[in-house]
Order: sequence, then structure tokens, then C-alpha cells
Amino acid sequence: MTTTEYALRTDGLGKRYRRTWALRDCTLSVPTGRVIALVGPNGAGKSTLLRLVVGLLAPTSGTVEVLGQSPAANTPQVLSRIGFLAQEHPLYKHFTVADLLHMGRSCNLRFDQGLAERRLAQLDIPLDRKAGALSGGQQAQVALALALAKRPDLLVLDEPMASLDPVARLEFLQALMGAVAADGMTVLFSSHVVPELERVCDHLIVLNHSRVTLAGDIETLLAEHRLLVGPRTTADLDKAGTVVEASHSDRHTTLLVRDGGGPTAPGWQANPIGLEDLVLAYLRRPTRHDVEAPAFSEVPA
Amino acid sequence: MFVFRIDNRSGVPPYLQLVQQVRQAVLLGFLRQGDRLPLIREVAETLAINPNTVAKAYRQLEQEDLVTGRPGQGTFVNEAPTAGMSAATYTSLRRGLETWLNRAHAAGLDEQAVNALFTAVVNRAKNENIA
Repeated sequence: MTTTEYALRTDGLGKRYRRTWALRDCTLSVPTGRVIALVGPNGAGKSTLLRLVVGLLAPTSGTVEVLGQSPAANTPQVLSRIGFLAQEHPLYKHFTVADLLHMGRSCNLRFDQGLAERRLAQLDIPLDRKAGALSGGQQAQVALALALAKRPDLLVLDEPMASLDPVARLEFLQALMGAVAADGMTVLFSSHVVPELERVCDHLIVLNHSRVTLAGDIETLLAEHRLLVGPRTTADLDKAGTVVEASHSDRHTTLLVRDGGGPTAPGWQANPIGLEDLVLAYLRRPTRHDVEAPAFSEVPA
Repeated sequence: MFVFRIDNRSGVPPYLQLVQQVRQAVLLGFLRQGDRLPLIREVAETLAINPNTVAKAYRQLEQEDLVTGRPGQGTFVNEAPTAGMSAATYTSLRRGLETWLNRAHAAGLDEQAVNALFTAVVNRAKNENIA
């Protein structure tokens, strides 16, 4: 084992398809042992980032390091430590579950077939059934069991629950969280569905228009942000902190500020913000394609 | 075995919900000295919740001296906290709140209005502590 405190580090990472940047200026560092949510609208660059992380794409600019090594090198040593579940959890539909396990064992340096078989037995998924004959939820569970059998140090999941019904989503998350508790791996997954993330994730990356607009430990992010509600004002926002979003009604102004927890001006009320509202606020922010610096507006103190 | 639940819509951070449920269960006598809390892995799997969240809740409960973690065995409930409130204090506080609630209802406040008022006061107190 190499000593790596970061599961994922990127520096100025970018990917361009012809003339379009799918991802740019992406600089992140994520410690090991986290469950990381990658959130953003369709086309924000989530899949591109995930594919760069697992070595399926090579960067156009910048660097990406997974568990201290470059995934673009594509060496078996790196790849054996990364598990990847692509969108729609594709399986060979004409293979039986047993065939798929056999293939997993043959194609991987590390493959704990017993672990996969125990998981599938717990879920009553028959090994002699063809993958195409299983329900969507069962197919997702088989794909997850195969990925977990690699005993990866980093598990990357692209929209793992997008096609699942509510019961299957819950069962999938139960299996995933049980595996994290048992093995302590780092998990990185993309999702549109914010409400179910709060109980599952402890780290957040928000992507919008090909750029990272917010990243960090969720607890820290929630503590750093406050919703200030006060009398309507469009100027002289003499609140301590950086305004992320301002909205005005007839009489009131609501400000989402990021700060170190300064005192509130008289007449203003400070409220904590929930994860979903925080994510939505960052997704609503206008993007500035030509500006390098993050689009914060400083408020006069 | 103690069963946790998580309310996604409560606005209370999940780890704190777990802490509060144990605190309340101890206070109300549903959890007694020597009872074992479920393993972190069991809670994570049953609730589909991040194991780090469960670990954090258990750490906080240990810091509050409500439970003791024994390596390899599990997490066990301690005897009722001496530093905590006595049964008499609990009853008296509860009575006070009931009296207040009756006054609020008499003044025409419905459940939502009562909750809004309570939350506003709690938040104000929290902010004053921070500032």
C-alpha cells in the first residue's frame, strides 16, 4: 500500500471535445474515506470528470491523480484499485449471473467471488438467471456486487440510481452503505437527486457549465453558509461575508452569504441553510465563461 | 435492539437526529444501562446512511457519557447520566411547556404557528450564543 491521504486530486483539469470544453479548470482534493456526491445538471461535465478519474479519458489540460497515481497510465496496479459502474449499469444481457462472476474473476487482479456470491444470495438473485431477465433493481445490484468484488479503494458510480424505482434505490443505497461500513472505501458518485444525498454523502462537488462551483465537506459547507433575511435593500448590504445569492420581495431581502459566522446586523435574521437549498443556489448562479476567478461579489463590510 | 430512524425533511443533520434519539430514549427509559446499540455497519445498512455519520453520532454520545464503546463488542448504554437532568427537572420543564402550549392555543395559535415561534426563539438563542 502506498501512503495516500487523498483519494482524488486534480489540478487545472480540463477536457475538450473538438471546440467545446466539457470540463475546465477543475481543481479538487478529496481525502480518502469520504462518500462524495457529484451534483450538476445534465451536460455539466459530470460523466466527463468521472471518466477522467477512472482513466477512460485522457485530460486535455491539467492533471488527475487517483490514490496518488495517474489513472491515465492505465496500469493494472492503478486500475485494480478503482471500481467503476457506468451509467445504466450495463451488463452482458445474455450472460448468466454466474458467467458474469466468472468473467469478473478472469479479468481482474483482485476479485473476491465469495463476497459477490454472498451478496447476491442475500438478495435472492439466482446465479443461473440471464442478466437480461433480471429486474432493473436486480441488474443494478449485480453490477454493484461485481464492482465491490474487486474490493476497490475507490468506487466510482455514474448516476447509479437514475433508472431505479424508489424501493430499488433504497436497497441499492443500503447495499452501498453496508459495503462502505465494512470496507471503508472511498465512493464518488454522480446524481441529480439531492434530497437523498444528505444521509449518504459527507463531501460535495457541484459542477455547473463545465466548472466546479462548490466543493468541500458538507458539514463545513453548511456551517459556512447562512441565509440572512431582512428589510428590502438593494445597496449597502452591510452584512459580513460574501453574497452567493440575493433575492428581493416587496419588503424583504434574502441573502445567501458565505462567511466565518459574523454577527448579524439589527433587523436581520440569520437562518441555517439545508443542503438542497445550498446546491440549488449554486446551480442558479450565473456562470462567467470568460472570467477565471470564481464569480463571488464582495460585499462592503 | 434499538431502532433508529432518519427524517430527511426535518432539517436536523442526520448525525444529530441519531444523537437526539438515543438521548431521548435514555431520558424516557426506553434505553437502559447495559443495552447495546446496533453496530455502525448495521445502522448504515438498515437506514442507507453514511457510516461516518453513525460513527460521529456514537462519538458524540460517548463524549456526553451516555454510552461506552467497547472494542470488538459494541457500544453500550451507561447508567442514567448524573450530570443530566433529574426526573423532577424533566417533569417540571415538561409541565412548563405544556402550560405555555395551552396559553398559545388559547391565544389562537395553531400547530404551525407554535412551531414557527418555537423555532424562531431557538434560532435567536443560538445566534446570540455564536455572536
